[in-house]
This record gives sequence, C-alpha cells and structure tokens, in this order.
Amino acid sequence: MSLSDRYIVHEHDVLVIGAGGAGLRAAIEASGSGAKVGVVCKSLLGKAHTVMAEGGMAAAMGNVDDRDNWEVHFADTMRGGQYLNNPIMAEHHAKESPDRVRELEAWGAVFDRTKEGKILQRNFGGHRYPRLAHVGDRTGLELIRTLQDHGIHQGMEVFMEMTVVSLLTTGGRIAGAVGYDRERGRMRIWRAKAVILATGGIGKSFRITSNSWEGTGDGHALGYLAGAELMDMEFVQFHPTGMVWPPSVRGILVTEGVRGEGGVLRNSEGKRFMFDDIPEAYKNQVAKDEEEGWRYVCGDKNANRPPELLTRDHVARCINREIKAGRGSPHGGVYLDIGWIKEKIPNAAAHIQRKLPSMYHQFKQLAGVDITTERMEVGPTTHYIMGGIAVDGDTQMSCVPGLFAAGEVTAGLHGANRLGGNSLSDLVVFGKLAGEHAAKYAKSTTVAEVDAAQVESHGRAIEEPFERSGGENAFAIQSALQEAMQDLVGIVRTEKEMQLALVKIAEFKGRHAMVSVSGTREYNPGWHTTIDLSYMLIVSESIARSAIERKESRGAQFREDYPEKSAECGTFNLIAKRASDGSMTVTRRPIVPMRADLKAIVEKMK
Amino acid sequence: MTNATAQSPDESRTVQFRVWRGNRDGGAFASYPVTVSEGMVVLDCVHQIQAVHAPDLACRWNCKAGKCGSCSAEINGTPRLMCMTRMDTLPADAVVTIEPMRSFPSIRDLVTDVSWNFRVKQKIKPFKPRKPDNADGSWTMMQVDVDRVQEFRKCIECFLCQDVCHVLRDHHKHDEFIGPRFLMYNAALEMHPLDTENRLRDLKDNDGIGYCNITKCCTKVCPEHIGITDNAIIPMKERIVDEFYDPITRLFRMFKPKG
Repeated sequence: MSLSDRYIVHEHDVLVIGAGGAGLRAAIEASGSGAKVGVVCKSLLGKAHTVMAEGGMAAAMGNVDDRDNWEVHFADTMRGGQYLNNPIMAEHHAKESPDRVRELEAWGAVFDRTKEGKILQRNFGGHRYPRLAHVGDRTGLELIRTLQDHGIHQGMEVFMEMTVVSLLTTGGRIAGAVGYDRERGRMRIWRAKAVILATGGIGKSFRITSNSWEGTGDGHALGYLAGAELMDMEFVQFHPTGMVWPPSVRGILVTEGVRGEGGVLRNSEGKRFMFDDIPEAYKNQVAKDEEEGWRYVCGDKNANRPPELLTRDHVARCINREIKAGRGSPHGGVYLDIGWIKEKIPNAAAHIQRKLPSMYHQFKQLAGVDITTERMEVGPTTHYIMGGIAVDGDTQMSCVPGLFAAGEVTAGLHGANRLGGNSLSDLVVFGKLAGEHAAKYAKSTTVAEVDAAQVESHGRAIEEPFERSGGENAFAIQSALQEAMQDLVGIVRTEKEMQLALVKIAEFKGRHAMVSVSGTREYNPGWHTTIDLSYMLIVSESIARSAIERKESRGAQFREDYPEKSAECGTFNLIAKRASDGSMTVTRRPIVPMRADLKAIVEKMK
Repeated sequence: MTNATAQSPDESRTVQFRVWRGNRDGGAFASYPVTVSEGMVVLDCVHQIQAVHAPDLACRWNCKAGKCGSCSAEINGTPRLMCMTRMDTLPADAVVTIEPMRSFPSIRDLVTDVSWNFRVKQKIKPFKPRKPDNADGSWTMMQVDVDRVQEFRKCIECFLCQDVCHVLRDHHKHDEFIGPRFLMYNAALEMHPLDTENRLRDLKDNDGIGYCNITKCCTKVCPEHIGITDNAIIPMKERIVDEFYDPITRLFRMFKPKG
C-alpha cells in the first residue's frame, strides 16, 4: 500500500507552520511572490497567541517625538538584549518596522491617532522615546485580524486545527512535514520545497504563564529534531506583571501599557520601590523623582522615564525581591496602581477605560477589581522566550537547507532580554523576510522525495498511546513538568536546582513513553496533550542545559550562584544541538560581530 | 481592596456539571462533579473534568482571558465565553449545564464546526483604500473618524452573536444570511475612513440584511459589548434604504442618463 492510500497528501512550494503574526506575514509575502503556500495551524485562524499582545508594536516613526529614528531603536534593542543580540537582525528590525506598520494600515488596520491624525505612539520599557503604535490595549488582535483578513485573499491554503508531528528531511534538506487533523485524527503529509517555522513560544513549560495551551514549543522541538540549532534557550522572559489572583487566572498578562500610561508599582508599605535600584546601563535615562517620571508620561521631552519603565528582566527581579522580603500583597504579588492618576488629570476613570479597555474588563470580570479606583495585584509570569532556532540574520534560514523560521520561535533579535513592543514588530519584519527568502529558495529547487519509512515511523509513534492501557494520562505529567520548571528553572536559578530539574525531565520522558490514551482519534485533548508534551520535554531540557552552562547573570537569566555579569560570557551565545546518538549537546559560539558603523551607533547612544 | 478582603480561599464546594457529549451522529449529557474554589470560571471546571474524569472531553480554548473567542458554548442555555463566566455568577448549588453552540454542526462534545463563518468572510469584498495622503505611504485620519470603526474591530470572532441569531439558529438561513458578525464586518469596512469599495448591493441582495428584524439578541450576548445592532446593522439598513429605496433618489436616478 502506498503512502497516499493512508495519508492525505498535499503539495506546496512553501509550507508555513503557525498562523500567528509571523506565520501569516510570511505566508502573505511568499504568496505575493508567486509561490503556492500552505499554512498549518493548531487553532482556528485568528486565534493564535498574537491575539493576546496588548501594548503595541515598536517602530521608530517619530510621530510623537521626532528625535526618534532607527539608530535609537537599534541601540535600545541591543542595550536591552545585553549585546548578545544578532546585530544584523536588530538592524533589519529597526530600519524596516516603520514600513511594516504603515503596510498594516494599508491593509486596513486602524491604529490610535495623534492630534495631527498620524499613528499614535506610546511609551514602553527600555524604549527611549514613545515608539509603540497601538490600538488601546488590543494591538495584537488588530495585527492578527488585519493579516488574516488580507491574507485570505492572497491565495494561501489554510489548514486549521492541525498538528505537525515531524518535519521530513531527505538527504539533509527539507522535504515537508507530517501531521494530523485534530477533528478526525487523519494523518496528512505536506510535501514542500521550503518550510517556515512560525510556531511561537514555550510558556506552557512553566506553571505560571501568560501563554495559552498552544505555547508548547512545537517549532523549537520540530526544528531541533530535524537538525537545526537552538540558540539562547536560557533566556526566558518573565513578564513583571501577570495577574496573581484569583488562582485560576494566575499568570494572565497585565500589559506594560498600564505603566506606559502612568501606572506605578508599590509594595505593601505603599512605597514606590522601583526607585531603589537603577541599573548602571540606564542611570542616565531614569527620572530622579516621581514628579519627573510623571512629566515623562505626559510627554515632556526634557524628562527621563519613571523606573517602572525599565526593562522587563529588571522590573521582574525587583518585584520578586519585594515579595521575598515580605513586602508583597496578600496573594503573593505587589501592587500596580493606575487609579492614582486621578490626582493629576481630570476624567481619569474615563481616560483609563479608553486607553486600557481590556485591562479594565479583565480585572472587573475575572477579579472583581475596578482598576480606575483600586490597585491591581501583580507578579511575574512566564511570557516569552528570546531563544529559539538559530537563523541567518538576512534570510532567516536555519542550518537545515530549506528550513526557515520567524517570530518567537527564532533566536537572535532580542539577545538576553526582549523589549516590550519589539515582538509584534519582530513578527512582521522577519515574517516578511522569511516569506521572501523561502519563496526564493523554493524557486531554485524541486520538491524532495518523501522517505516513506520516515513517515511510517512518525505515524506509528503517535498511534502507540492508543495501544497501551493502564498508563498515566498526559495531563498529570504535563503539570508535574510545569511545577518542576517553575520551581527549579524559574526566575532565580542555581546549578543544583537545575541539575535536579534535568533528573526530573529524564524521569518525565520515561513516564511520557508509557502514557496511554482513551477514546477515539476524533478531537481528543488527551491525545493532543500527549504529543504536545513530547515537545515541551525537549524544550525544557534545552532551557535547563543552556541555563546551567551560562555561569553568569545577564538579562533574563538570574543565577543566584553567579549573581554578576561576566565579561567572558558576553562573548558567546549557547547552541543546543542534537548529537548523532540522540543526546543534547550545548556548545559556545562567538557572538555575531558588530560592523564598525553599528558599533559607533551603540557607543554614541550609551 | 476587593481582592484583599476576599473570603477564605480554602472554601471550596462541589458542583454537578451536565456536559453534552457526542458528535455529528448525536449524543447525550454526562454528569461530572467538580470541586469549585474561589474565582474559578466555567472553563476551569471543564479542564478539571478533563484532568480528572474524561481526558477525551473535546473543548476548544486558547487565551483564557476573553481575547481570542475560542471557548464559546451555551451555559445554562445562554451563549457565553466559558473563560469569562465566573462560577460565582451562576446560581449557587444548582447543576451547571454546558452545551455546544447549537447554530453550528457538532464535531465532538463542546466543539462545533464553525468553518461556515470563514467561508462567509472570504466572500465579502476586501478593504480597498484610497491613495495614501502622504509621501511615506501613510494616511491622515483623526481619532474621531476612526472611533466607530475601532468599536467594530474589537470583535474577537467568538461567533456567539451568530449562535444566538434566530435567523440562523431557528430558521437555518445560512445560505441566504451572513449573520450579525458579518453584517458588522461589512459595516466596519463601509465606515472605514479610507475604504473606497461599495458593499451595499451585496448586503441587500446576497447577504440577507433584510432578514434581521432588530431583536438585538446579538448585542446582548456580545462579550465585547459592541453595539452590533444600533451602531452597525441599523446604519447599514439606513444606507441601503437611502441608496435603493429613497423615492427622491429613485426619481433622480430615473432622469439621470445611464452609463
């Protein structure tokens, strides 16, 4: 019996895996250059995690402060990433994001406006000038809906609610992917000349996270298993402000936009603790007192930012310190107060509801808190991974010929810490580049033959859980993994705890191999979680191994046993790669050198 | 401080859930006990049922924060998002009934086939902007001019408005009527300050806007509190009247040379 009897076979020039901002932008670009494009996504179209992005997308358009330009944005991004970023990607990003924002407007996006009728830009952590184009606090929805509504008319074929279980390679180059549809559980093969991974993040490996069920690191693991390199996996961003109460919403994001609009952080003693600790790299950029911080929020060009708008890694650590010192809120967070601005402006309640409508509703409905008059309780939540597939900075191709990556699944742009707002712009800047170069690559090659034995072995592997009985269900192992990662590889790390995490991960792998699934193949969450869990285990291992190897504290990684930054560690990125025996190796690679002209920009902006 | 004075977090109770289990060939309700603690929403309860009693219970969800519109269902007969329905807003100690959206075909359990909505959207004429106002390819638009379109663009496509609409739910006019979501989608495009396309004839002839008799059920269930009927559908109905039925315009048109 041939493969096509048992598998539904599709053929495309470019296959995009993931339909968030990066995947859709890549698919639009590749379709536009004449390629036949398929898009596979785990959820319905328009539901990807991009929809959760709130604050805005960073682009140095200078609409609010004309001193802004790509050089300032480039320097801010490199400083925020503690200089482990790929400067070529940071340059593309800073130069091209204004065009990508304007392009969204041409496709129907409706951003908030300045008094002059231009696209409005707001303040955000680590950005020197107001830079984030936004729509209230639902910018991600605007971005994904715009790309979706434009994209469906560009000729791409969309496969909704389908999961890819493996990439296919033939002779070391990409041949496509194999997977199944969640509705019926039918196996499918997507043959393709080029594949773009745009699968987003890994937050579900941790207990407290802002990520949805989809954030299981599929693309990270698929790429890794196909021979691609995972870079900077130790850098997991803990967003400083997630909801902490009630328990069932713990981790849900509270946008940095609250602080951008004047929100302040206080401990249980009522003290604005962020003034207590200003990092060296930012000491010339922070307000000297509360009054100057407020002037900055109001747009005074001579004022410096309030310390609440320092980078996320720093703010998260300060909040953690307050909680550990016993100065936290009743449910283990600190207070975020936006209601206080009523002392400064008339109609503050209406202003807050207009600028932060979904935060208002989120707290009102889920926590019974009116943010216009009451303080929010917030604490750090696993939000984003800076690490991912290592790619060429210009083309977005990985070391596997024909395998590209864009968006959160990719490493390079953000280095050791991502600035808020740089993610949405990342999606569209590098989505476009990946789409363009994947289509170009596809034109230069033919579709590789699919290795039937390879397909069959993947097909068998995912069916096995149905044949076993009496094993655990995957949900139990998933939550044990989340506990372990949260407690042992979280915001404060030590070698001893992370070694313990590795022992546990090995144990979870053994238990995962024995999982049994009940029910049928039709829309069966127990089965889907079994497959997601295999990705989470690989990703978690790479995070722990890389974090052990980086013996310093830098950006998002804080090591209690190595609390200082080391100059030597600033010279390399860490690469996790699959060895021929199947084990994971972690090696150092010298950082991408900065061109002299870029170096001069960084020096000038210091 | 509402959240600081909340009742004891240890206080939990057991609530019986009736959940519809089945597929396109039919199904029945199954009962599950759920341990409910403070602050839980209906979606948490469904997840608990999956983890403890029925790992194969099918349910669609993503963001768990009312932003993606995936977890639409009928809770005690009312179309709602499961992630935004707090248990303490439902009658205490009563059985909670969860069913899938009834206006769409069943796939399995709480998951329905909503693909019709995606096909409907594909047929609506896309956004067609006027030439850029400025050399950098941008446009000048004032906030007051985009406010009403921004209201419609808050839509999270949960399709609860489609589910509740009697034209679809009771009369099954899926072939003749696009439903409140897409009437509003047309309105968002028609009221977009930059758009140059005209969709009024499509709305009248193909999209079945005349079927809407303004019962406002869609507006009532919208989790984003969008004024679907008042702000989107009624203005579109008015524009259609102006364009096609206004006697003065028609008279004027009779004497206007064609071409």
